[in-house]
Amino acid sequence: MSSEWPLWEVFIRGQHGLNHRHVGSLHAPDAEMAILNARDVYTRRNEGVSIWVVKSQDIAASSPSDKGPLFEPSNDKVYRHPTFFPIPDEVGHM
Amino acid sequence: MYAQMVTTDAVKSAGEMSPEERAFQERIDRGERIEPKEWMPDAYRKTLIRQIGQHAHSEIVGQLPEGNWITRAPTLERKAILLAKVQDEAGHGLYLYSAAETLGVSRDELLEKLHTGRMKYSSIFNYPTLNWADIGAVGWLVDGAAIMNQVPLQKTSYGPYSRAMVRICKEESFHQRQGYDIMMKMSFGTPEQKAMAQDALNRFWYPSLMMFGPSDKDSVHSAQSMAWKIKINTNDELRQKFVDQTVPQAEYLGLTVPDEHLKWNEEKGGYDYSQPDWDEFFDVLAGNGPCNKERLGARVKAWEDGAWFRDALTAHAEKTARRRAASRVAAE
Repeated sequence: MSSEWPLWEVFIRGQHGLNHRHVGSLHAPDAEMAILNARDVYTRRNEGVSIWVVKSQDIAASSPSDKGPLFEPSNDKVYRHPTFFPIPDEVGHM
Repeated sequence: MYAQMVTTDAVKSAGEMSPEERAFQERIDRGERIEPKEWMPDAYRKTLIRQIGQHAHSEIVGQLPEGNWITRAPTLERKAILLAKVQDEAGHGLYLYSAAETLGVSRDELLEKLHTGRMKYSSIFNYPTLNWADIGAVGWLVDGAAIMNQVPLQKTSYGPYSRAMVRICKEESFHQRQGYDIMMKMSFGTPEQKAMAQDALNRFWYPSLMMFGPSDKDSVHSAQSMAWKIKINTNDELRQKFVDQTVPQAEYLGLTVPDEHLKWNEEKGGYDYSQPDWDEFFDVLAGNGPCNKERLGARVKAWEDGAWFRDALTAHAEKTARRRAASRVAAE
C-alpha cells in the first residue's frame, strides 16, 4: 500500500529583488522533486527567479488563539511611528 | 458550477447560534478571512471540503476532454497552446487540492472519494469532444462559464480558497480567449468549418447552462453557503450573466444560439432564454452521461498505473535520506 508523499510549502522570489513569498504547497517525495514540481505548478508564467521549499511539518507557527497576547501590545506604542513626532515646518524635511 | 449541488442545512438565526458560531459569523460579515487553524463550525469545514474538492476534481477530470485533441490539433502552434492550457488545468486542480487539505482532509482521501464515486466533478466533463471545433467551444463556453463563478469567489471567506481563486482567475482568461480564437478561425473559414463551429455550439450550449446548477433562489441550502460567503451569487444570477455576455459573442461569429425562445428583454436588461433539460442534468450527475464511465475509468487507471512510480520515488527518497544520515554519522 502506497503512502502519501509529504507536503511541502513553496516560497518564490519574484523578479524585482523582493523577499521569497509563500505561494502555496504541494506533495513531493523529496526536496529535489518538490523544487521541480514547484517550478511547474507555481512558475508557469515567469513568476519567479528562485524557489525555496520546506516540509510543512517542519514549520512552527503561532497559534491563532495567541493573536491577542502576541500582537496587541504593539497597538499602544504609537511612538514607534515617525508621525508621532511633530517637526516644525521651519526645520524642513526629516 | 465546477462545484454543483453542494448543499448545507438551513441558516441558523443569531439566537440559535453558540457564542463561537456568532463570533464566527460576525467575522465573516465584517469581511474578514478565515484561516486554516482558526475555529470554524464543523458544517463550514465539511461544506468547504466538498465544494473545494469537487472544484479540484473538475479541474483534473476537465483535462480529459481536451487532452483528447492534443495529438490531433490542426497546427503545431494550436497543439502547444492546448498543451499549455491543459497543463494550467492540472495546476488549478493542485492549487485547489492544497486549499482543501488545509481543512484537514488528505489528498489521498479526496482522490479515493473521487475514484469510488463518493465525490463528484462538474457534469460538463461527461460530454464528449467530437471534433476540433469542440475544443473552441469548450474554451469559449465552458471556461467562460467557469470564470463567471470564479471571479466572485476570489472574495470568498476562506483564505486559502480565495487565494487559489485569485491565481486561477489570472490564468483563466487565456483559456477563454484561446477558445474564442479557435471559434473565430472556424466561423470565418470554409462553410464546412463554420458548420462544425455551429454544431459544437449546438451541443455545448445547454450543458454549459447546466454548469451553474438548477435554480436555487429559494433554496435553504444555498442561503447558508451565501451567509458564510462560500457562495456569492445565486445560480440564476450567474447563468443570466453568462447568457447576456455570450449571446453577442455568438452573434459576432455569425452563429445561432440553439434556443428559439432567446429574446432580449428590455425591461430586465437581459435575455430571456430556455432552461436546459434538468432531467438530463440529474441523469448525468447520477453517472449516466455519455462519458461518465470513460472519464472516471481514465482517472482510476492513471492512479493505479502510477502507483509503482509513486512508490519508487518514495523508496528513492528514503534511501537517499538513510545514506545521508549514515555518512553524517561516519564523519563524526
